Amino acid sequence: MNHVLHIDLLTKTFGHHTAVDRATIRVDRPMMIGVIGRSGAGKSTLLRMLNRLEDSTSGAIRFEGRDVTRLAGADKRAWQADCAMIFQQFNLVPRMDVVSNVLHGTLNRRSTLASLFSLYPTADIHRAIDILDRLGIAEHAPKRAEALSGGQQQRVAIARALMQDPKIILADEPIASLDPMNAQVVMEALRRIHEEDGRMVIANLHTLDTARRYCDRVIGMRDGRIVFDGTPAQLTTGMAREIYGADARFSEEATSTEIEAIDRVTTRQMPITA
Amino acid sequence: MADSAIPRPRQATSSATRQVIVVREAYIAQTRRKRLYSGIMLGVFVALMASGFMLADSRNAGGFWSGLHRLPDFPASVMSEAWAKRAELPENLARYFPALIETLNIAAVSTLIGTIGGTLLSMLSTRGLARWPRLIPLFRRIMDVMRAVPEIVIALVLIFVLGGGPVPAMIAIAFHTCGALGKMFSEVNENASLKPVEGLASVGANWSQRMLLGVVPQVAPNYLSYALLRFEINIRASAILGFVGAGGIGYELKNAISWGQGKYDAAAAIFLLLITTIIIVDQLSSMGRDRMTHGRKSEMMA
Repeated sequence: MNHVLHIDLLTKTFGHHTAVDRATIRVDRPMMIGVIGRSGAGKSTLLRMLNRLEDSTSGAIRFEGRDVTRLAGADKRAWQADCAMIFQQFNLVPRMDVVSNVLHGTLNRRSTLASLFSLYPTADIHRAIDILDRLGIAEHAPKRAEALSGGQQQRVAIARALMQDPKIILADEPIASLDPMNAQVVMEALRRIHEEDGRMVIANLHTLDTARRYCDRVIGMRDGRIVFDGTPAQLTTGMAREIYGADARFSEEATSTEIEAIDRVTTRQMPITA
Repeated sequence: MADSAIPRPRQATSSATRQVIVVREAYIAQTRRKRLYSGIMLGVFVALMASGFMLADSRNAGGFWSGLHRLPDFPASVMSEAWAKRAELPENLARYFPALIETLNIAAVSTLIGTIGGTLLSMLSTRGLARWPRLIPLFRRIMDVMRAVPEIVIALVLIFVLGGGPVPAMIAIAFHTCGALGKMFSEVNENASLKPVEGLASVGANWSQRMLLGVVPQVAPNYLSYALLRFEINIRASAILGFVGAGGIGYELKNAISWGQGKYDAAAAIFLLLITTIIIVDQLSSMGRDRMTHGRKSEMMA
């Protein structure tokens, strides 16, 4: 029963609008999963329900046999500590220093009074700096988070997630606000966390080639429903057009954010049909 | 900056390099310093609170601890008397309603005058916007004085000169409101963008046109919320000024709440009126603000 995530008929409605429609996903071992789809397809709502930032309307999320949609109070916050979230806009506290932001990952274990006076154990501070070093930004430790570039801030957010020592890492469009270079650094960091630590990573991605390149499994969503669930190899161009509701003009290279993609378009002249 | 920070493959915590050790030590030292400062601050705060309390208690005529248990006595007697005469409540509410309207009028007029004066003073005392930049300190000091003089002092002087009634109260509150809102508005102005102002200057607009058309649209929602908060404060202030003979509900409250008059039912009715008014003003102001921001959204969509 280790690290098993079963999502059953998970549904979320906002008034008359159904954001996520009977989503069913079964994950039996830690893997890196990419969720793709147009904006408004329900990707973010799905992740936010997993972290319990959003309550589901119906359905169940079972992790290691426990239905997390029914948790409340301290149990819910303990689940949130186990299920780290990374946001598109980083969602750090801009005026606090980088290490403090990373130490926020331990808040679930700390009392309000201890957090108010920043009384973190020295061991935790050392671990926070080690995590920052692992992500290559240890030299920025004492700076304010707002003084860092977007790519560096996103790595601070990943460090905060790692500080939680989570079982699952959710990433909601982690690279949508970053330039191609920083996007690659962040995606490689997420991949490495998955490979080295064996953590489950679920990332919403807005470009197909990123999902193909970094993920073991791709889930395609359209209008709240899951329309594709398989390996990157099974994701054909036809399937991708189905997910994005696009016509024959759609080409994967045209939406790519990777630097090599420019070479691929000019040299090969043909979209990949994997 | 980005390429120097690409993650290098490295084992998690086992191989802390020289650099990490340096960073660790520097950060721990920084944390220790911060903790020392906040510890000293906390100590000073506690000492000041304790000594201040002890001084105040020693100068108190009655004594804090000996009087503490009697604290609920007065509210209890007000409540019990009001409850005993609860049948007269509707009549009391109707009797004091005109006085409430007078109090509300004093508050509304003084808030309006104070807002206009505060707007002008705030524009004159914001760097980058001021008509006469050298006079900024002068206008700031004027606002300081307006805030520093207690409303009740101005009201008492004016009542002595002009006689009792709502006008002295209105002037006294408007004077204070000018200074208070001027300071808050000028802080809002500092965050306003100067680009529209420059755009208007480039077409040859004069200072008041630049302020009214370039700055006010940017700051209006914040002005409104501060002005509405001030309106609430002014309702209470105008009720208090009634105590010194400026009319309105405060005068009635003073008569009702005095010990041994047997009019606690009237006092309860007046409190009920005041609390209801504050709740209604609060609800109306949040509705107004909501509409203002939503109106802006639909404009942006269009």
